[in-house]
Parts: sequence; structure tokens; C-alpha cells
Amino acid sequence: MINEIIFMKGYGLYVWAAFSFTLISFATLYTLIKINLVKEQNKFTTKFGLLDKEKVKVAQTQSMNRAILASRIS
Amino acid sequence: MFKMFEPNKIFLVTSKITKYVLFLFIIVLSIGLVEALFLSPEDYIQSHSVRIMYVHVPSAWTSLGIFSLIASLSVISFIFKNKNFSIIAKSLAPSGFVFNIVALVTGSIWGKPTWGTWWAWDARITSMLILLLFYAMYILAWRIFDEKEKVIKITSIIAILGAINVPLVKFSVDWWSTLHQVSSVNILSENTIHPSMLLPLLIMTAAFSLFSLLIFLMKYNTELIKIKNKGLDRL
Repeated sequence: MINEIIFMKGYGLYVWAAFSFTLISFATLYTLIKINLVKEQNKFTTKFGLLDKEKVKVAQTQSMNRAILASRIS
Repeated sequence: MFKMFEPNKIFLVTSKITKYVLFLFIIVLSIGLVEALFLSPEDYIQSHSVRIMYVHVPSAWTSLGIFSLIASLSVISFIFKNKNFSIIAKSLAPSGFVFNIVALVTGSIWGKPTWGTWWAWDARITSMLILLLFYAMYILAWRIFDEKEKVIKITSIIAILGAINVPLVKFSVDWWSTLHQVSSVNILSENTIHPSMLLPLLIMTAAFSLFSLLIFLMKYNTELIKIKNKGLDRL
């Protein structure tokens, strides 16, 4: 049973290679996109922390700015 | 006209639904993998090598669908001068590009046991390779050019020119004599695939569509935060 799943009558190498390549490609793309997203979120949080009180007030009036900060916390 | 597509409003939704899309993708992919690798029957001619179809075909479909969407959004962005549509199109490109690579590589792996060769310069395979080049040009153009108006113009032209290739990919197997088989799944005519093989194919297509949605949401959020970062500098 296990041998049949692994070797698939001689086609196992091709089948597992195709599925592995697909899943590795997915994982790589997800990781790269996630790294970029976190990098931009961190940059935003740092920049926001450096603003003076008046500018913070202005920036916080925008719902998207609040959402970015909230998404960093969660 | 396009007020509902305002980035601020979209971000409030996209930043929240990403984790649910990821969760749903993992569930659908798991079911799809079990169906594709263990439960679906082997083919009477191709034996177990037919299982490669469950990653190859959905990848090709998703890749073609995404490029068509990019081209449509580029046209709208070009006509209505709406920059948000070009950001949406830009955010779709990475997953389409990867799906195109997956379609070509898994097709090549499937070709070896089925046709006896890794590669053939037939109409379907060559047109898919051309599509990959258009994806590469589109992504590179966004990286190379800094000026906003210019980059939107150039990427729109690339997307529209690339869209001409999409029907060529789809109908290449009907218009020319190719090594690649004709479509087994048809919307307008009868399917020539058994339901026991169609089911995992559709589940895997749903999983791949969810993955492209997930990548799109993350990339789109990244692009919007980038814009906001520049906005903070100007405060």
C-alpha cells in the first residue's frame, strides 16, 4: 500500500516532483510577500512613532493609518 | 464612479480578511491534495502520471485568468486614469507569474513520462512561455520605472499586448496540430473527463484561486502601506 503511494507504478518520481515543486513555489512566494508586508508595516510604525503630537493627531484622523497600526498589534 | 474602490475603504477590508483566506486555502488545499494524490483513480493509459494534471491544469488556468484580469484592469486604469486599478493589477502579477512557472515546470515533468521529452516547441507550450515573458516584463517595468504616469502607461501597454497572447494559448491546441492534448474541460461543450477526475481538478482550482487571492491581498496591502509611508514623510 505505502509502496504503491510512493512509487506509483514507476511514476512516483514525476508525480512527487511536480507536487513538491508546486508547494515549494507557493511557500517561497508567500514568505517573500509576507516579509515585504511586515517590512513596510514596521517602517510605518517607526515613522509614526517619530511624528510630533500635532502630526500624530492629523495622521490618526485617517482610518487607514489606524488600521495599519492595529494590524501590527494583532 | 469608482468611489467604492477607494484604497482607504478597501484596506479596511483587505487587512482583516487575509487570515480567513489563508485558513480557507489550507483547508481546501488539504482536501484537494488527498483527492488528487490518493482518492482519484489512475488513468487507463497514463496510469498515475495523470495526477500531475491536478497541479498543472489549475496553475495554467489561474495564470491565464490573472493575466486577463491584469489586462482588463490596465485598460480601465488607462481610460479612467484611476491609479488604484493599476495598483490592483500590479498586486495580481506575482501570483500569476508563479502560477505560469508552475504550469510550465509541471507540464515539463508530465511531458517526460507521457511524450518522452521534457520540452517541445509546440504552439501551447511556446505561447505559455511567451505569456511568462509578458509577466516578467510587466513586473520588471514596475521595478525599473519610478515616474508614476510613465510606469502606468508602460505596464498598461505590456498588459494589453500580452492579452493578445491569451486567446492564442487557449485555442492553440484547436488551431494548430500540437503535441499537447486538446481541452478535456469545456464550459460550452461536453466535458471529456470523468467526474471522479473532475472533482479533484475543481477542488485544486479552488485552492489555487484562494492562494492567488491571498497573495493579492498581502501584496495590495503592502503597496498601500508603501504609499502611506510616503504620505507620513509629507506630513
